[in-house]
Amino acid sequence: MHSLRAQAQSNTRRRSPGEIVAAAAPASQLARRVVDRGFLALCIVFTGLAVVILGILLVTIWQDGHTRLSWQFLNSFASRRTEEAGVRAPMWGSIWACVICALAAVPIGVGTAIYLEEFSKRSRFRSFIQLNIANLAGVPSIVYGILGLTAFARAFGSASTDSPITIGQPESFFYLQLPFGHGVLAGGLTLMLVVLPIIIVSSQEALRSVPRSLRTASLALGGTQWQTTWNITLPASIPMIMTGAILAMSRAIGEAAPILVLGVPLFIRTTPINLMSDFTVLPLQIYNWSMRQQSGFHELAAAAIIVLLAVLLTLNAVAVIIRHRLQRAAS
Amino acid sequence: MTTPANAPPPLNVDIKPPTLAVAVSTAVGSENQPEEIAIRAHGLNSWYGTVQALKSISLEIPKCRVTALIGPSGCGKSTFLRCMNRMNDPIPGARASGILTLYGDDLLARSLDVVELRRRVGMVFQKPNPFTKSIYDNVAFGPRLHRSFRRTDLDELVENSLRAAALWDEVKDRLKSSALGLSGGQQQRLCIARAIAVGPEVLLMDEPCSALDPRSTASIEQLIRELETNYTIVIVTHNMQQAARVSDRTAFFFEGTLVECGSTDRIFTNPANKQTEDYVSGRFG
Repeated sequence: MHSLRAQAQSNTRRRSPGEIVAAAAPASQLARRVVDRGFLALCIVFTGLAVVILGILLVTIWQDGHTRLSWQFLNSFASRRTEEAGVRAPMWGSIWACVICALAAVPIGVGTAIYLEEFSKRSRFRSFIQLNIANLAGVPSIVYGILGLTAFARAFGSASTDSPITIGQPESFFYLQLPFGHGVLAGGLTLMLVVLPIIIVSSQEALRSVPRSLRTASLALGGTQWQTTWNITLPASIPMIMTGAILAMSRAIGEAAPILVLGVPLFIRTTPINLMSDFTVLPLQIYNWSMRQQSGFHELAAAAIIVLLAVLLTLNAVAVIIRHRLQRAAS
Repeated sequence: MTTPANAPPPLNVDIKPPTLAVAVSTAVGSENQPEEIAIRAHGLNSWYGTVQALKSISLEIPKCRVTALIGPSGCGKSTFLRCMNRMNDPIPGARASGILTLYGDDLLARSLDVVELRRRVGMVFQKPNPFTKSIYDNVAFGPRLHRSFRRTDLDELVENSLRAAALWDEVKDRLKSSALGLSGGQQQRLCIARAIAVGPEVLLMDEPCSALDPRSTASIEQLIRELETNYTIVIVTHNMQQAARVSDRTAFFFEGTLVECGSTDRIFTNPANKQTEDYVSGRFG
């Protein structure tokens, strides 16, 4: 077989590309066009499907819940009587937890990404860290809840939860205790664990997208690695980093499982006043209400979902504004 | 000067800017006069992993002259250039041995302050790579890295750097607008201004005109001749005519070795080596 081909090649004259092209049967123009159009149609259908599903979701939730939306709904605590119930505690709980989560996760995540992308040498240690971060991004959030419970709520059992070490007065804003217990700080840090891999990976992508020629230019001018990162690489990648952070926050605010594992109370009538305050979050309240039998609670759940979406959009809007500011400062 | 029968016509007869006739004439006679050497390489070897990119290079680069490095792709001329400001350092597996000095300072020493070296030895790259900042901030970037300035001093430094790069008149009214709005040639002159602003002694240029149109190339070439008065310039180029036009001395590299080095006039009209002759006459085989 092999020798036959070699023989054929040696006997026949080598054909030019033009001759080979001319000898081939022409593919049907019509078939090519049909496939082209067909693929476009398919893409439109799938995109449309996603939009329609989202639309149906929003419309049904709005129909169920909008009658319950009122100032009073936002300003009341949960109650057994549906007409008096509100989301004041979980709404503020969610906001506190998310802000803590963002303040902790963004610096740590971006810092890790900068170390991995800009400073660490290609080594086995770095590949090991990289592999583990990629794996962590896929770990179910309830596992992080257990980690948060052990590490933050109980401080690995190093101190008794019943008689914690305290700093400051429990009524003031500046109050800390160790271990944190199931306060809002423990909740925010647990959410940080959930979103950290996402922020690290997306920040790495952002840093990698900055053209190498810009780093080279800065280094050639005598910039240190840090000056290059701070003045050139980081400003150029901030928009992408912020986009990643926004997506991560969207994930954090919707998480119920890790907060549930922390052991937060499902029914509270206070909003957080300091980092150690009891709190609950909107997804937990929604879960709680939708498990009830009476239809009134289902309407409350729908209304709480609307509030959750509104809080999410507000936090995202703040992040977008910060991104714009930073972009303008960079250019 | 005797010309061999098959030698190419001298390329550099009357293409050098007439205003620089004085500088050119001293350069022509430079092979006979002892002059101050800025950079001295002796037995310089360089490797990327197991591949040897430079094989025992010995070369002297005179102060305040333009030295052109020519040779086919992959001959090691860019590697040699990047050894002089240690830009090969971040490349995994890159290493060098031998002697390479700048006014007597060992450039290969492990203890060398690379940041200070790069302030003394500026670099201009093949593709213009201005930062996504304003024209002013591009030029001020380097000086700001090294020390803090008073506002007025920095303004003066930026203006002088842009003037030295022959760009001031074109951009003086829009210093605060983005550098990315400039044309390719202007961007490259901005990169030169940026390199000058840190006060280097040596300017390394890695094919600075290969991404530019002929007019921009002409302006950069004229600029190089003007900068020669104050800076030692080493330029890598694939363009034979360019080497003939802008340089005082030419070094021909081939497969990691330095084949021949001498005054540009001699290299282009009366090369000692057959390979050099074939290369500069475009008959390389």
